[in-house]
Amino acid sequence: MSKAIFKLRGKHLIEEANVNVLKRTVELDGKQYGTEMLSFDAPVSGTVYGVLLNYKGALHTLGDAVNQPPYKEPPKAPILYIKPVNTYSGNGMPIPLPEGVEELEMGAALGVVIGKPATRVSTSQALEYVAGYTIVNDVSIPHDSVYRPAVNQKARDGFCPIGPWVIERDAVANPDQLRVRVFINDEMKQENTTANLIRSVSRLIVDVTDFMTLNKGDVLLVGVPEKAPLAKAGDRVRVEIDELGCLENTIVPESELTGGVAL
Amino acid sequence: MRRARVAYSGAIHEAIERNGQIQLNDGRIVSEKEVVWLPPVEPRTVFVLGLNYADHAKELSFTAPTEPLVFLKGPNTFIGHRGQTRRPNDVTFMHYECELAVVIGRGARKVKRDNAYEYVAGYTVANDYAFRDYLENYYRPNLRVKNRDGCTPIGPWLVDASDIDDPMNLTLRTYVNGKLTQEGNTKDMIFDIPALIEYLSSFMTLNAGDIILTGTPKGSVDTKVGDEVVTEIEGIGRLANTIVGDDTFTKDAAKENWAKHLSQL
Repeated sequence: MSKAIFKLRGKHLIEEANVNVLKRTVELDGKQYGTEMLSFDAPVSGTVYGVLLNYKGALHTLGDAVNQPPYKEPPKAPILYIKPVNTYSGNGMPIPLPEGVEELEMGAALGVVIGKPATRVSTSQALEYVAGYTIVNDVSIPHDSVYRPAVNQKARDGFCPIGPWVIERDAVANPDQLRVRVFINDEMKQENTTANLIRSVSRLIVDVTDFMTLNKGDVLLVGVPEKAPLAKAGDRVRVEIDELGCLENTIVPESELTGGVAL
Repeated sequence: MRRARVAYSGAIHEAIERNGQIQLNDGRIVSEKEVVWLPPVEPRTVFVLGLNYADHAKELSFTAPTEPLVFLKGPNTFIGHRGQTRRPNDVTFMHYECELAVVIGRGARKVKRDNAYEYVAGYTVANDYAFRDYLENYYRPNLRVKNRDGCTPIGPWLVDASDIDDPMNLTLRTYVNGKLTQEGNTKDMIFDIPALIEYLSSFMTLNAGDIILTGTPKGSVDTKVGDEVVTEIEGIGRLANTIVGDDTFTKDAAKENWAKHLSQL
């Protein structure tokens, strides 16, 4: 059992409860509930910051292009982007497939949830600023160029499922040794590990907070592995991360949703 | 009406302008020097346009974009009128950008340009500082250039949309230490306000309180520690900011580590 924070849909309170990550159950009022029986909202309230090209394989995939125009040289500082509040979504919520788009990239990301304001923190203290960890599906419309910000491709409504819960920091032995897997319709499509990060979790916190404060409730995504799997309408997508559990959502054409949900 | 958020006498207040002074929501009237000015809207989702004035795009040697160049900012970067903005010691070129900020008034999805103004609550002034030394060619301009703490002054007032006859014909001016250094007009935007609302709401939901910074005209010059930078838009307001150096910010990870080391001896 791990201690977790989550938010049930329609309830304002953030629950704090024991969860069983492997069995996918939550203990509430002394009873066990499977996550499929519960409706979750995103368990966070701050700003979600993503990081581009933080997996060695993802940078490697760009190859020599990093030395050619328009990039001209490999990245130096962390490359960040924001997933705005309209993208937040919970476990079990549909991922809207925009009109005219066939497939979406499933960006499996470890989300580091910040516990207190972090400004220019040192490496040895970085993890002290972490409240816990969650699973994020950083959904994108596929795009090859990373020269210009991809708001159009990454900031669509419902493009950032988070959860189902935030597992408390100390329940995770080593955030830099977590296997990350993506299943589509129960078939494994991707497997990677946070051991392949260019900047480890603590290094990332140090380098980001060097120029901006991460506040309590903010979420820093450590990056998306190379070869993000593609999903189409009707696909059931499950992102699994060791020690955190899994986040499951289904791709639904936008035209079949009302106010972002299937009625 | 001109609206503000200010801190006064131990609390945060909504306020309005009244005869050149500030009236708090509880009725008290105070002078503008007695308050701490906060961003007039609590920032949540904030969009920023790059290269949205043809003359500025030319100045930065870019061809004008065919689709709006949009990036987002986080809440950490906003500060109010009369705030301080940090210039790191290693920076050789830090410039202001005077921008008209459009505040959204209600939820907007798939809005057509003809109806776009119905979704505008009002306007304010923003100064979107940039640190050219930190530019890299990935998701450019990236957050290290554009989302540093306290590097986006905004305010002082949120001016009701109904008070502005034509937001697409307003003069923007920037003064550094009282000297005019930037001058332009919102009529020279490549993508005007209705186009931007139509574009953004075509693929995502805009919420009340979201802000669109609409880009800056030419005239960006380097600013130094100690400079007072005033960005001003006709009929909207005059936003003052002072540039300070690293010495104002004493937090340093290395120093902290050293202090911790000493405390453990």
